[in-house]
Amino acid sequence: MRRERVPIVVIVPAAIGAAFFILPLLGLIVRSPWRDAVTALTAPETLEALKLSLLASLSATAVGLVLGVPLAWIYARVEFPGRDLLRALTTLPMVLPPVVGGIALLLAFGRRGLFGSWLDSSFGITLPFTTAGVVMAETFVAMPFLILTVEAGLRSMDRRYEEAARALGASRWRVFTRVTLPLIAPSLFAGAVLCWARALGEFGATITFAGNFPGVTQTMPLAVYLLLETNQEASFILSLVLLLISLVVLVGLRHRWLIA
Amino acid sequence: MSLEASIRLTLGPLNLDMEITIAEGEVVALLGPNGAGKTTLLRAVAGLIPFESGFVRLDGKVLEDTSTNKYVPTERRPIGLVFQDYLLFPHLDVLDNVAFGLRSRGMPRGAAAEKAGEWLERVGLRSYARAKPSELSGGQRQRVALARALAPEPRLLLLDEPLAALDVTTRAEVRRDLKRHLMSFQGIRLVVTHDPLEAVALADRLIVMESGRLVQTGAPAEVTERPRSQYVADLVGVNLLRGEAGNGSVQVAGGAVVSAAGAESGEVFAVIHPRAVAIHRIRPEGSPRNVWPGRASHIELLGNRVRVRIEGQVPLVAEVTPSALRELDLIEGGEVWLSFKATDVGVYPA
Repeated sequence: MRRERVPIVVIVPAAIGAAFFILPLLGLIVRSPWRDAVTALTAPETLEALKLSLLASLSATAVGLVLGVPLAWIYARVEFPGRDLLRALTTLPMVLPPVVGGIALLLAFGRRGLFGSWLDSSFGITLPFTTAGVVMAETFVAMPFLILTVEAGLRSMDRRYEEAARALGASRWRVFTRVTLPLIAPSLFAGAVLCWARALGEFGATITFAGNFPGVTQTMPLAVYLLLETNQEASFILSLVLLLISLVVLVGLRHRWLIA
Repeated sequence: MSLEASIRLTLGPLNLDMEITIAEGEVVALLGPNGAGKTTLLRAVAGLIPFESGFVRLDGKVLEDTSTNKYVPTERRPIGLVFQDYLLFPHLDVLDNVAFGLRSRGMPRGAAAEKAGEWLERVGLRSYARAKPSELSGGQRQRVALARALAPEPRLLLLDEPLAALDVTTRAEVRRDLKRHLMSFQGIRLVVTHDPLEAVALADRLIVMESGRLVQTGAPAEVTERPRSQYVADLVGVNLLRGEAGNGSVQVAGGAVVSAAGAESGEVFAVIHPRAVAIHRIRPEGSPRNVWPGRASHIELLGNRVRVRIEGQVPLVAEVTPSALRELDLIEGGEVWLSFKATDVGVYPA
């Protein structure tokens, strides 16, 4: 079979474009001090940051599922005035600079914020600069990915399966848990993984709203940034760990979401 | 013990206004062309779509009534529903599909699995209990869908085009099976179909609807012998005329007069079987009372017979054998004479 020749005006910019992504990865892999990898990874500060990152990102995903799935369901199934506006507002963080999100969170939930002052005076709850604040910042930035993915799943599923279940005597709750959720499981999974990956990498909103306290609010991305000043080698290794996680997520999702 | 429903609703282009009553033990086929509102009516009876006014009563119990604002949700109606494409839950195996309705109605897991197994036995699919629906053939899926609908022992079984998703070769066999299962079910059975063969094979009574309205109801033989709409006449393959009877003839719309032996008076239907209509190249001599010239507008070969549509003072379809057609040396557009006897015209009041 004759293969069509690719024009040179396409090849050159395409090659530069590919190199633009590959070279930084290469730099990270080649320049990482592999001999010191174990020491860097097992350093108490690193482990602390890693633990906090996992805890916060998984919590953000859990919160995202509990709050985001019902929101997605309402967007997909209920018609009401202002639905499009509400959807736009709840997905705004996808395009908002994270640092702006962090400032907005401070103004709402900060000690002297709109609701924060009330939370503080009524319940003695302060959110900024706590681990809960990290979870909030990450949820704020990451949950929109879950909402949109799950909503798309709900919209594309054949709703007559739900009717079939109802005709078999299933209550609304049973229909939702036994039919709807299993049928949108691929979207649910993809949405949760995207949400988790975004939460794991979250930097701007977290440092603005929750600060950078080791063991309390210092997640992996913050630790990497900080180590760049004091211990470059360790920051390289941690970067590599984050890269690896992203790669695994991307490969795992390839068939479920990114291609389709 | 019966189903009584009176439903009026508007849905897109459809304007549905139907009243149906089905007695205990009856198998009724709801027959009509695509878009007649058959499935909509079925869904309304099941409580899956709201209607503007009317009611649904089953065994005297009100399931829905717009005048009193009563609505029993679908999940609390004692119904079984078989969808056109079955809608077996793809994430559950065959046994769990059949057990779904039992579990939904509160039966413990073990008992539900046992009963579902019995149902699978009954439809001959016990060995497929752990298979996923995607591993089954169309006919097997149909049987699972039926078992799933029947397992919770509904009072009313609703089937929407139960054979439409099957290919022609398996359809006849599955229809026999379905007939057997329908016979063994004791409640009220309503089958939606657009296939007259299916309707006649499965049902004790036909309800024919067109554009959301009832056009005819009766035993299959009665409906096919005395069609009351062009749709049914076309399904059965007969010529149907409507006109004013008087003195052994029927005056149809447009003024043409057809001699008909039984015609007395009043508004009537006249049915003429295409086999009774003879075609000639020259004006025939002899006794037939109805003779007129026409033009063969359409010739269609159907197995061992040929249907010729003839435009004339009354457009009619004649049916001849292929060899008769060769002798006539007839092509589309050819001029012909047609004739039929007054005694071959069946007349009944409109």
